[in-house]
Amino acid sequence: MTFSTSGLLGQLFAILLALVLAPLLTGWVNQCRAWLQNRSAPPLLLPYHMLHKLFHKDVVLAHGASSLFRAAPFIVFGCMVLAAAIIPSLSTDLPFAPAADALALVGAFGLARIFIALAAMDVGTSFGTLGGRREMLIGFLAEPALLMTIFTMAMIAQSTSLATIAETVAHRELVIYPSIAFAGLAFTMVSFAENARVPVDNPATHLELTMIHEAMILEYSGRHLALIEWAASLKLYTYSCLGLALFFPWGIAERDNFMAMITALPILLVKLAIGGALAALLETINAKMRIFRAPEFLGTAFLLAVLGLLVRLLLEARV
Amino acid sequence: MPSLLAIDVLLIAACLWLTIGLAGLTVLRNTFIIARILFPLGALIGLWVGYTGFAALGGGVQVAKLAIGLPTLPFHLRLDNLTAVFVMLLGVFSAGISTYAAGYFRQGEGTAPGVLGLEYHLFLASMLMVLLADDAYAFMVAWEVMALSSFFLVTTNHKHEEVRRAGYIYLLVAHIGAISILLSFGVMTGGAGDYTFAGMRAQHLSPFWGSIAFLLALFGFGAKAGLLPVHVWLPEAHPAAPSPVSALMSGVMLKTAIYGLLRVSLDLVGMTLWWWGVVALGVGLVTALFGVLYATVQSDMKRLLAYSSIENIGLLVVGIGLTLLFHSYQMEALAALALTAVLYHCLAHAGFKSLLFLCTGSVLHATSHRSLGKLGGLIGPMPWVAWLALAGVIAGAGLPPLSGFVSEWLLLQAFLFSPGLPQSWLNMIVPAAAAAVALTAALAGFALVKFYGIIFLGQMREPSLKDAHDACPLEKLGLAWLAALTLLLGVLPGTFIQKLDAATHQLLGKGLGERVAEQGWWLLAPISPERASYAPVLFLLTIAVILLFGRWLVRTLYHGRVRRSPAWDCGYHFQGPRAQDSAEGFSQPIRRIFEPMFRMQRHFPSIHDEKPMCIVKVEDHFWYWLYLPIARLANAISALIVRVQGGRIAVYLMYTFVTLILLLLVARP
Repeated sequence: MTFSTSGLLGQLFAILLALVLAPLLTGWVNQCRAWLQNRSAPPLLLPYHMLHKLFHKDVVLAHGASSLFRAAPFIVFGCMVLAAAIIPSLSTDLPFAPAADALALVGAFGLARIFIALAAMDVGTSFGTLGGRREMLIGFLAEPALLMTIFTMAMIAQSTSLATIAETVAHRELVIYPSIAFAGLAFTMVSFAENARVPVDNPATHLELTMIHEAMILEYSGRHLALIEWAASLKLYTYSCLGLALFFPWGIAERDNFMAMITALPILLVKLAIGGALAALLETINAKMRIFRAPEFLGTAFLLAVLGLLVRLLLEARV
Repeated sequence: MPSLLAIDVLLIAACLWLTIGLAGLTVLRNTFIIARILFPLGALIGLWVGYTGFAALGGGVQVAKLAIGLPTLPFHLRLDNLTAVFVMLLGVFSAGISTYAAGYFRQGEGTAPGVLGLEYHLFLASMLMVLLADDAYAFMVAWEVMALSSFFLVTTNHKHEEVRRAGYIYLLVAHIGAISILLSFGVMTGGAGDYTFAGMRAQHLSPFWGSIAFLLALFGFGAKAGLLPVHVWLPEAHPAAPSPVSALMSGVMLKTAIYGLLRVSLDLVGMTLWWWGVVALGVGLVTALFGVLYATVQSDMKRLLAYSSIENIGLLVVGIGLTLLFHSYQMEALAALALTAVLYHCLAHAGFKSLLFLCTGSVLHATSHRSLGKLGGLIGPMPWVAWLALAGVIAGAGLPPLSGFVSEWLLLQAFLFSPGLPQSWLNMIVPAAAAAVALTAALAGFALVKFYGIIFLGQMREPSLKDAHDACPLEKLGLAWLAALTLLLGVLPGTFIQKLDAATHQLLGKGLGERVAEQGWWLLAPISPERASYAPVLFLLTIAVILLFGRWLVRTLYHGRVRRSPAWDCGYHFQGPRAQDSAEGFSQPIRRIFEPMFRMQRHFPSIHDEKPMCIVKVEDHFWYWLYLPIARLANAISALIVRVQGGRIAVYLMYTFVTLILLLLVARP
């Protein structure tokens, strides 16, 4: 394993692209959702303005807030940048990719979740602890389902390295495998839950009894809130890229070559745009569930993922 | 100085521990000497033991004979690579715990400090002897000394009724386990009467007797480790014992049981049947899930950690099961992967669980509350303990970049490559078991977030907590040592796995060391980087750089202004500490989702109550399903015996007379 200059540049480019594109993706999903719901859409660049505004504002800290509360946004942001760095979005040949395989990626998301849940409990308000508790509830239901999805794909590729999985899937003939279909369905359900979207959570709500993610970050303001919002966008971006890398990797660059990455960029943008629009559509046609329906929803995802694994082992093991 | 063999060094260390303990008796109530001189000395010896074990890894086998024991059976001792791993674990982690104990133990009710010191160091020495023993007799003697010394340590505060009860349950389970181990050794001698381990290795048992020996060992060592259904002593003994003792028992003593299980199943029995692996896998999974579910609903901080220990022991046994399964099909490379995961998790768990138990000790001293419902907000007055405990929580939740993640990662990798097993139905069950492991790990995160969030974060639930003080310097040193080990084990897995290689080579003939060494020290790729890799250093660096650089950048580009104000909380300002989640409240979703798993008594207030109260009591099903029927049976049998045993001398004399007559009739020359 060596670090070439062009490799490092490519890595840097992938990270910067993630940082820049992530709010845009959030804005695009919001816009699509508004159109589908017959509302007039907010500007596409609204998330950038929002971040800029928040960074300018003073931080208002609650009296009881500890140093952990102040460190958490940076740590959460760091986890998400790391995740964005290792997911093959443009190219499968990134120098940081060996730093974490798919299992470690799940670990990175877990670390971010723990810190944000702890920060939510830090000030000691009723909504904060409520949010933290619900987030951990969703987390422990979603994480095994995500792991099982990854397991299915890892069995197909005989590897947990994301780059190898993406290359293997890209080189297979274009046939729908039942195991991949199950895994994809499970992954979609999990990513809706993990990104605090309808039907599990609603990013637009501040209605006390229904919120999860928003309840956790109620006490944050200024630059801390900006970082958390940015990290949430990055999470949506990384999940989208992860889904694309696992299930639709066609068009991704496989060499550490800058030109190949530049050609891969428009393909990625088109895929993200379609994916974002579909996510908005799914959010629109679904209704938000009661919190205690969430275990059923995520349990279904878990079972689908395990089913995918079993189908893989039963029917496709010799393929 | 003539070069001492490592095994001699270890024997000297054991003697020194005993001497320290005995020296404590001369200054029975002088807390200063015992705490400031004897315990730190014990910690130094621990470091020495740990270093010796570390250095002995990869060396040859050393044996020794002590001229004590039975006339025909002197104590045989042996230091090989498997022993060395656990000796290292014992030394390194007990050093941290002893340092902490030096600051922790103080004059109080219960056992005199001098006696406590003797029990403590006897406990350490006996654990060392358990690891070194090379015949069944020496092993059982050391095992019993270990059980008894820890029993006395658990009952330090013997004036409390519940402490005595906890000690009794512990002693009972320990002895049921010991009988089972003894029987297992008896089966393994194969009737040859040679009780040395070398003699057992030479025996060729039939599969039937081999299985009997394995199952007896699984039960016996499982009773010490806390496997279902003989786990009941753990949640009783840990809250009763002083915190350093809990740390030592959970962090180190449970690992001697894992050592014993590995020693018997991979070394002494001399065969491996595939279904042993399945049995261990099943028992381990059930234990892990059970432990973690109960951990999430506890309200006593030490009980929560005790259930979490049950969970981790479950995971270890899952790993052992996987090792046996692969080993029985001669898939040694995969068996080595699973075994490395087991050994690594032993080290990781010893680190983070001792750390967390010691942190509860500091909290207990600072606040004298053990119930989560009376704590909160301690990160303010106790920043050291709080931040060091965070390391334990992250490692315990199995998250990168700390130690717990490495072993979990290795275990999941082992699961992932299981479809190569010759039996197709196993191929399907084993990956599905990985799903249960994933669920366990995720639930562990829930339990530990609850533990940490309710103790250290939020508003203080009692006004008296404002006067809480941070740990004293020796305590901080002990905690920091354990946290540093947790970090090192997390960040440098390649280095440690290369050392563990010697043990897997010894047991299975294969190891991960070469493959790991091919990559740089920073990259862990047990099979090949294309298949799976993990570089915790890069992981840690990225997050650290973003934390520092991001902070600097934000402050440079914008500003670093901060204003303080009351909490916002959707505009409602009048919220006291009672508005936060209680420990019970936090785990309410778990109780609801997994309702049939718990035996629950609930009382909800009605609008007519004078003093409305909400009471939730969660109990272990096993007490009612298993232990109470057994206790009733024992009572019924003893009631029958009472009839024979009337208490009158004349009747007893008659029994003696009748027996004599019968014997004379039967045993004629």
